[in-house]
Amino acid sequence: MSVIDRDATAEPALPADDGRSEAYRAFLRAVRVRRWMIWVSQALLLVLFLVLWEIAPRAHWVNPMLTSYPSAIVSAFDRLVLSAGNEGNIFHHTWVTLVEAVVGFVVSMILGLAVAVALWWSTFLYKVIDPFLVVANALPKIALVPIFYIWLGDTTSIYAMAIAIAVFITILMIFNGFQEIDPNKVKLVRTFGATRAQILAKVVLPGSVPTMIAAMKINVGLALVGVIVGEFQSSKAGLGYLIVYGSQIYKMDLVMTSVSILAVMSTVMYLAIAAFERRIQRRRQ
Amino acid sequence: MTAKVELRDISLRYFTTESDTEALRSVSLNVGAGEFIAIVGQSGCGKSTLLSLVAGILKPTGGAVLVDGRPVTGPMRACGYMLQQDYLFEWRTVLENVLIGPEIQGLDMKAARERGVQLLRRYGLGEFIDYYPHQLSGGMRQRAALARTLCTEPDILLLDEPFSALDFQTRLALADEVSEILRRENKTVILVTHDISEAVSMADRVIVMSRRPGRIKAEHLITFAGAGGTRPKPFKARHEPEFGRYFDTIWGELEIHVGH
Repeated sequence: MSVIDRDATAEPALPADDGRSEAYRAFLRAVRVRRWMIWVSQALLLVLFLVLWEIAPRAHWVNPMLTSYPSAIVSAFDRLVLSAGNEGNIFHHTWVTLVEAVVGFVVSMILGLAVAVALWWSTFLYKVIDPFLVVANALPKIALVPIFYIWLGDTTSIYAMAIAIAVFITILMIFNGFQEIDPNKVKLVRTFGATRAQILAKVVLPGSVPTMIAAMKINVGLALVGVIVGEFQSSKAGLGYLIVYGSQIYKMDLVMTSVSILAVMSTVMYLAIAAFERRIQRRRQ
Repeated sequence: MTAKVELRDISLRYFTTESDTEALRSVSLNVGAGEFIAIVGQSGCGKSTLLSLVAGILKPTGGAVLVDGRPVTGPMRACGYMLQQDYLFEWRTVLENVLIGPEIQGLDMKAARERGVQLLRRYGLGEFIDYYPHQLSGGMRQRAALARTLCTEPDILLLDEPFSALDFQTRLALADEVSEILRRENKTVILVTHDISEAVSMADRVIVMSRRPGRIKAEHLITFAGAGGTRPKPFKARHEPEFGRYFDTIWGELEIHVGH
């Protein structure tokens, strides 16, 4: 009866080899080799893609005007690092987009959480708001871009777009998470005389951390979508601006450079949240 | 014995848009201080509801619940509640779980922490206070849940089928441990169960409830002559000659029909 489940606490790192059977060591070796093979294959796939992308336009299998190629992207990047003028400095553009995306992400998380809490607090409010939320969530928010531009101008509309795209799904996800909390856990703290605020603070919020992280993972991508779409419409700076500008003057290297930076940016933001998740999960199951 | 808990002509109805359900009908019951009673009945007979009424998380439609002679208006420190499963919070360590009650009730946390550690040591969990619940076995988790219930120092323990989620061996061992602990500390206990053996082996008095609407159908004082006046441990009680007789009588009163 007093047995500890050792498996649950097994550490992922591979400890020293002493005192292990030959078969077990062979197993560990095989695991390592497989892990390494996966890495190598991924690297090879990336290299293959880049090489094909470089060769195909140069050999005129495809029109270089349409696809650009990696070396052109590198030199475009070099040029943009130094440049001013119409194209502007690449760090500036990246920074502008990053700030907009992070602000949009943070605001929609906070707003989404606040609304979800309000809906949890008052079932009446939830019942009243529910159909409107469903419509707002289903509406393609991109249709609002021109409206936001007219209402809010060229900077604020970008933030509004990021928030509009991310916030409704955040509300719905977090509120669903609240509702999935085991009612017996709530009953348990109620038997100790917990107030509604205590139920929220001690059970509902800490119990919904996994849901909140899942919402964050989705949100970070959505906020970036909102920012880029907003920039397409109106901005004077940012990667979305650079993409539209590059396509208008038919400079595909500019477009591809911006898209590549975007890919890196969204990956880094996602990985940051994944790292945050691991830090939290180390403490819980 | 003075009544520690008194139910006076309790009735309870639930309303939903589909139905009007009468869960309890004129239930009256006195539980003396230090007494261990068990309520048995089939599922849906309102026996768990009865505990919620005593705990103050539900209000009766009619009648009154009194604890220490005073009417119950809401959850009180005097009552500790143990649910069917441990419901330990996976984001808290074992000790932090035990301290949830004192935290909510705004008790002196330093004293509560000492009490919590002491309780966990006493129940063989001293080494595990900083572990997370998923690292414990089912029996250990339920003992941690008992420590959590006792950490607010209640006089009255409400046990809602606290062993039903455990495997059979763990269940018997834990029933011995828990009844030992509660009797030693002279707690008043109301155990709700559908397991007749559990009720007869643990309690001083067994209350049999009818099907919905729940009413008290019969009461049995449980005594074992062979043990020389002292109450045998639950596991031993199961082998006493009186055990089978109590079991058969209560079985008959529960009108258990399978099939049809």
